[in-house]
Amino acid sequence: MNVTSFSRSGVSDWILQRASSVIMLAYSLAVASVVIPGTNYEVWSAFMTQVWMRSFSTLALIAMIAHAWIGLWGVLTDYVTVRMLGSLGDRLRFCLLFFMVALLILYLVWGIFIIWGL
Amino acid sequence: MLQVSLYRYSPESDEAPRMQDFRVDTAGKDLMVLDVLELVKSQLDSSVAYRRSCREGVCGSDGLNMNGKNGLACITPLSEVVRKGKLVIRPLPGLPVIRDLVVDMTLFYAQYEKVEPYLQNDETPPEIERLQTPEDREKLDGLYECILCACCSTSCPSFWWNPDRFIGPAGLLQSYRFLADSRDTATEERLSKLEDPFSVFRCHGIQNCASVCPKGLNPTKAIGHIKSMLLSNSN
Amino acid sequence: MSDLRTMSFDGVIVGGGGAGMRAALQLSKSGYNTAVISKVFPTRSHTVSAQGGITCAIASDDPDDDWRWHMYDTVKGSDYIGDQDAIEYMCSVGPEAIFELEHMGLPFSRTESGRIYQRPFGGQSKNFGEGGQAARTCAAADRTGHALLHTLYQNNIKNETVFFNEWFAVDLVRNQSGAIVGVIAICIETGEVVFVKAKATVFATGGAGRIYASTTNAHINTGDGIGMALRAGFPVQDIEMWQFHPTGIHGAGTLVTEGCRGEGGYLINKDGERFMERYAPNAKDLAGRDVVARSMVMEIIEGRGCGPDEDHVFLKLDHLGEQVLQTRLPGICELSKTFAHADPVKEPIPVVPTCHYMMGGIPTNVHGQVITTDTSGNDSIVPGLYACGEAACVSVHGANRLGGNSLLDLVVFGRASGLFIESALRDGIEVAEPTSSDIEDACNRLNKVNECSEGEKSSDLRKELQNIMQNHFGVFRNGQYMREGIEKLVDLRPRIYGARLDDNSQQFNTARIENLELQNLFEVAEATAVVAEGREESRGAHAREDFQDRDDENWLCHSMYYPTDRKVGKRGVNFTPQTVDTFQPKIRTY
Repeated sequence: MNVTSFSRSGVSDWILQRASSVIMLAYSLAVASVVIPGTNYEVWSAFMTQVWMRSFSTLALIAMIAHAWIGLWGVLTDYVTVRMLGSLGDRLRFCLLFFMVALLILYLVWGIFIIWGL
Repeated sequence: MLQVSLYRYSPESDEAPRMQDFRVDTAGKDLMVLDVLELVKSQLDSSVAYRRSCREGVCGSDGLNMNGKNGLACITPLSEVVRKGKLVIRPLPGLPVIRDLVVDMTLFYAQYEKVEPYLQNDETPPEIERLQTPEDREKLDGLYECILCACCSTSCPSFWWNPDRFIGPAGLLQSYRFLADSRDTATEERLSKLEDPFSVFRCHGIQNCASVCPKGLNPTKAIGHIKSMLLSNSN
Repeated sequence: MSDLRTMSFDGVIVGGGGAGMRAALQLSKSGYNTAVISKVFPTRSHTVSAQGGITCAIASDDPDDDWRWHMYDTVKGSDYIGDQDAIEYMCSVGPEAIFELEHMGLPFSRTESGRIYQRPFGGQSKNFGEGGQAARTCAAADRTGHALLHTLYQNNIKNETVFFNEWFAVDLVRNQSGAIVGVIAICIETGEVVFVKAKATVFATGGAGRIYASTTNAHINTGDGIGMALRAGFPVQDIEMWQFHPTGIHGAGTLVTEGCRGEGGYLINKDGERFMERYAPNAKDLAGRDVVARSMVMEIIEGRGCGPDEDHVFLKLDHLGEQVLQTRLPGICELSKTFAHADPVKEPIPVVPTCHYMMGGIPTNVHGQVITTDTSGNDSIVPGLYACGEAACVSVHGANRLGGNSLLDLVVFGRASGLFIESALRDGIEVAEPTSSDIEDACNRLNKVNECSEGEKSSDLRKELQNIMQNHFGVFRNGQYMREGIEKLVDLRPRIYGARLDDNSQQFNTARIENLELQNLFEVAEATAVVAEGREESRGAHAREDFQDRDDENWLCHSMYYPTDRKVGKRGVNFTPQTVDTFQPKIRTY
């Protein structure tokens, strides 16, 4: 079961889960500081394309991917198991995990393209 | 008259579990739930199966689910649980039922054994006892009193989903009892066996364990201490 | 029936309480194939209810403490029918056994210097009764039995002892030469009946306090080992000696530790008078348990009892303060609130003498070997059978046990049995195989219980038995009244052996187990009754209205109860300790 976990260590997962939340919170605040006073495309675009903000966005994206991976893995290993669903539980979970990982990697790549305007 | 609804299941004669109602004459007394079970067994149906031993809340035999909440039948007065004259008694949730109110506790005990619940100290012991300050001894209070009744672990959703991999509140409380013991020298080894994503980290701080513990212990707090130790150990 | 599955071990221990697990630990450590048969998960055994502590001269409270002083107290406490060689062994080996427990992890309370905390208990003195009250009872708050039992279970896990939890031993199996070769046991969960074969069978089945209606004992204390021994024809010793603990909670029967009085609590009557000052001017509330229990009953009989029915007295603790109560007696505060609806911080606890401990039992020597007597009254060893703990009568408690001595007894003699069996196994034990008819004989009782489709309800019969014992064989006893009780028991025997079994299922059939237990209870009760009537004197816990004095001329001896002809016999008390002078019988005052 651990094979498919993010870091294969409960301690690292635990730290990552919390660190990624902090990053996502900081990122949300940074974005909010521009959005809330009212913005337009030029201001928004100028803000988002600064190198530091692009780096920050990338970091937040990675944090979100890690956070989702750890969180969803936890949910799937709780509910989609042999204990809960019978003999197909493990196979179903592996399928869902595969799908989840593939989607997260896709988001990562796609997100990087968007953030860096590639 | 008290209306008691009991969870019944005999693997030899029942296809599926069922609820059976009994009317019990409590003579207006505020009996303990175990007394009510004894009345049912002695007067109404001798085939009702449940565990009991000390009848004073120290042996941990009669952990049951009474009107939806886990507790020890022998120290739970009717006045505390009965609602609208009715008492529903079920086995502890989350473990396989052997018969009636008796659950198979194999998984629960296996998790207890997994934490190596015994003092480990490879130094030669002195001629007399090992010394321990009252302050160090005080760290064991709230931990060593666990009676292994399983009320906590069977009220914990994380234990319901992963009873084979998440140690559960009872096992972790004992794990910390030895981590916290100034006489134990196996702290590193103990911690290294708890690092995986399941053993400890499936605890999400739901606190059902602390809310049901009949001895007033707080496993969530102990698990918090274990997590802190694991974190400072990994740095 | 000879198609029963057989499981073979070097040693099988029946009973997973303190004594059984201490013996099992010793054997497992030595590498012998050891199994424990316990009718409950081991930590549910009654040792868990022991509160106050384990008495032993470890010289923590008093650096000059001496095990000989403890021995003196124990001999005096026993009213001089405790075997002095056994008491000597227990008191002198005790410290080693306690330190071992501490090394295993037992979380004893501590003194400022880091040593084990010791509290005063009843009947304790310094300097052979000349130096005032001693504090000799090692404690883990008021949960010493819990701490002890869990520590022993944990160390058995460590040493990979094989446990058959929720298995019930039915009867002994004897081979053609009369040696014990194991037991017939039922797996409660599946109902399977198995022959558990062993080179050494140890009975650590605990007491039988459930023969009385009012008892501090757990539901499981049904004297299964005593029942099995009696049915196999072996005698029991001093079985009339039942300790009534002074402080059982009125109504509920749950125990309130003597440690309460050790910490400074005391008993009061309805006038608020500390009445023990009248009965025991020196030791007061810390006199022997038999003395305190009788004094309480006297107060109640003479109209100074408390409550609307004047049927109990009060244990006053509030003057100790919340701090002391919460650190030293936290469990008592919990129990009192739950069962007496009284918070000891504010109000006294209603208490009454309650059946607590069986001083008698299966006679053994200090190695746990079971003793019987031959036709000319000489001791002989029963090959293959051992006993320790409350089920055994070594005898270290004689006619009255001191508080804190039961935990020491079970640790020391559980260990001693293990040590002896270990060396016997090393020397080699040869046993003849039992024949299939030997095994069938041992299954007889179980077969009969299973076949009883008519007869009375066992719960009614149990209640009747308990009431007879409570009314006819309580704190004060009287010949005429006891004879009436015995007649009632004679009438009860066939009814109990013919009790109806409505439930014939196999899996987790507790009704069947309760019927088997009831028969064991009956055997203990009948033995108690016959010997209590036979011992025509008052000694220790055995107080007769028609024979109020101790009679050293005729009864400075153990009683023996022979089940085959239901007769009372006598057996000499050991007065020859090996390293100290004999403690001569004196008048016993506190």
